[in-house]
Amino acid sequence: MKPSAWHRLDEAARAVSPFAVTVLLALFSVIPQRAPDIAPVMPALVLIAVYFWSVFRPDLMPFWAIFLVGVVQDLLTGIPLGAGIVPLLLVHGYIGTQRRFFASATMPMLWIVFALVAAVALALTWVLSCLVLGALVDPTNAALQYLTTIAAYPCVAWLFAQAQMAFLSEQAPRVGGGR
Amino acid sequence: MATPLKAWAQRFAFVLLIGAAFGLMMLTKADTLVVERARVAVNDAVAPILDAVAEPVSTVNHVIQGARGVARLQQTNTNLRAEIERLSHWQQVAREVEAENASLRALLNFTPEPGKRFVAARVIGDQGSAFTRAVLVNAGSADGVAKGQAAVSGDGLVGRVAEVGHRSARILLITDINSRIPVVVGPRRDRAVLAGDNSLEGSLLYLASDTTVRVGDQVTTSGQGGVLPVGLSVGVVSAIDEKGVRVRSMVDWAHLEFLRIVDYEMPGLLAPLRDPGAAADSR
Repeated sequence: MKPSAWHRLDEAARAVSPFAVTVLLALFSVIPQRAPDIAPVMPALVLIAVYFWSVFRPDLMPFWAIFLVGVVQDLLTGIPLGAGIVPLLLVHGYIGTQRRFFASATMPMLWIVFALVAAVALALTWVLSCLVLGALVDPTNAALQYLTTIAAYPCVAWLFAQAQMAFLSEQAPRVGGGR
Repeated sequence: MATPLKAWAQRFAFVLLIGAAFGLMMLTKADTLVVERARVAVNDAVAPILDAVAEPVSTVNHVIQGARGVARLQQTNTNLRAEIERLSHWQQVAREVEAENASLRALLNFTPEPGKRFVAARVIGDQGSAFTRAVLVNAGSADGVAKGQAAVSGDGLVGRVAEVGHRSARILLITDINSRIPVVVGPRRDRAVLAGDNSLEGSLLYLASDTTVRVGDQVTTSGQGGVLPVGLSVGVVSAIDEKGVRVRSMVDWAHLEFLRIVDYEMPGLLAPLRDPGAAADSR
C-alpha cells in the first residue's frame, strides 16, 4: 500500500522535529528573562540538544543540520561565528565513534559523559572565541555556564525523552541503529 | 546498516563542515561586513517571534514586581517624599544654572547644538553570553535607526547601535568587550575612552597621567567623533586601583525593557552625505 500524502507529511514533520526543537532552543536562549545576571550563564541548551539527538537519533541529526544549528546559534547569541559550531560538530563526531558504548549507556552514565563532553566543548568555545576576539575573555562566566549546563541536562534530556517516546517511537531505529 | 561508502561520505562531510566552521571564523576575523549582514538577516527574521514572546515574559515580571512593590508601598512613599524634597532644591539650582548658561551662550554667540530625535524601542532579545554583551531591539532602519547611534535608558547611556536590520537593531552595550566610548571625567572634564570588558564595570583608557580623577566622579560622553551626543550620563568612577580607573554604570542591566535610540543629527561629519530627499523618504 502506498503511503498517503498526509502520512508522508506527518513522517517528514516527525523527522525534522529534533532539528526544529534545537533551533527553538537557540531562540529561547536569547529571550530576555530580566532575571539578574542570567544571560551570561544561560545553559548551553543547543549543546544539550545536539548531544541528546546525536546519541538517540543520529539519523535525524546529521552533520549539516548541526552546522546549520550552529550558525543560527552563533549569529543569534552574538558569539564569534564559527566558535560555537566546531564544538557541536566535534561532539556529534565523537558520539559517532563511540556508538557501541552509547547504545548500552544508562541515563546517569549519559549524564556523566555529557559533563566531560560539555567541559571540552565549552572550553573549546572559550578558546576559539578568545582567538577570534583577540582578547582574553574572563573565563568565570564560561565556567558558570558549564555548571548551569550540567545542571540543566537532566531536565532537558527528560523533556526530549518524553518527546521522543510521543512522536518518534513508532519509527524503527533505536539507539545505534542505522537505516 | 551503514555501507563503507556511506561511512566514508559521513567522514568527508564531517571534515568538510569543520573546515567550513573554521572558514567562517577566518571570515569573522577578516571581513566583518559579510558576517554582520548575516547576523542582521537572522535577527530580522526572528525579531517578530522574539517581539511576541518578550511581551508576556515582561508582563509576568511586571506582575511579580507589582506584588513586591505593594508590600513596600509605605516605605517607598516615605523615601520618595524625602527624595522630592532633596531634588526640588537641585531643580532650583539647575534652573538658575540653565538660565545663566543660556545668557552666557548668547553672550559668546555659541554655535547651537545639532537637533536630536528619539526612537523608542522595546528590548526583544538579550544576547548576553560569556563572550558578548548586546541586546536586540524592535526598531530598525524602517524607524530611522542607523549604525552608531546612542541607546539610552532613563539611567544613562546603555550602548550604541552596532548593526541595523529593517525592523531590528543590535545594540552593543557599553559593558561589551568591544565597546569604546569617548568620555569626559570629573569636574575638570578630563578626556578618556571608556572600554568595556564584559563585566559590570568598564575601565578608562588613554587617561592623561597628570589628571586627578577621584572615586565618585561623574563620567559623561564627550561627543568626540561627532556620533554620540555630548553630556549623556555614562556612570561614576567606582574604584581606582592598579588595574586602572573603573567606571560603574547607573543602568539597571537586569531590567532593560525600553531603550531610546538617539538620532544625533550632525549631517556630513562622519556619515557619508546622503541624498536629502532619500533621507526624508526613509523617515
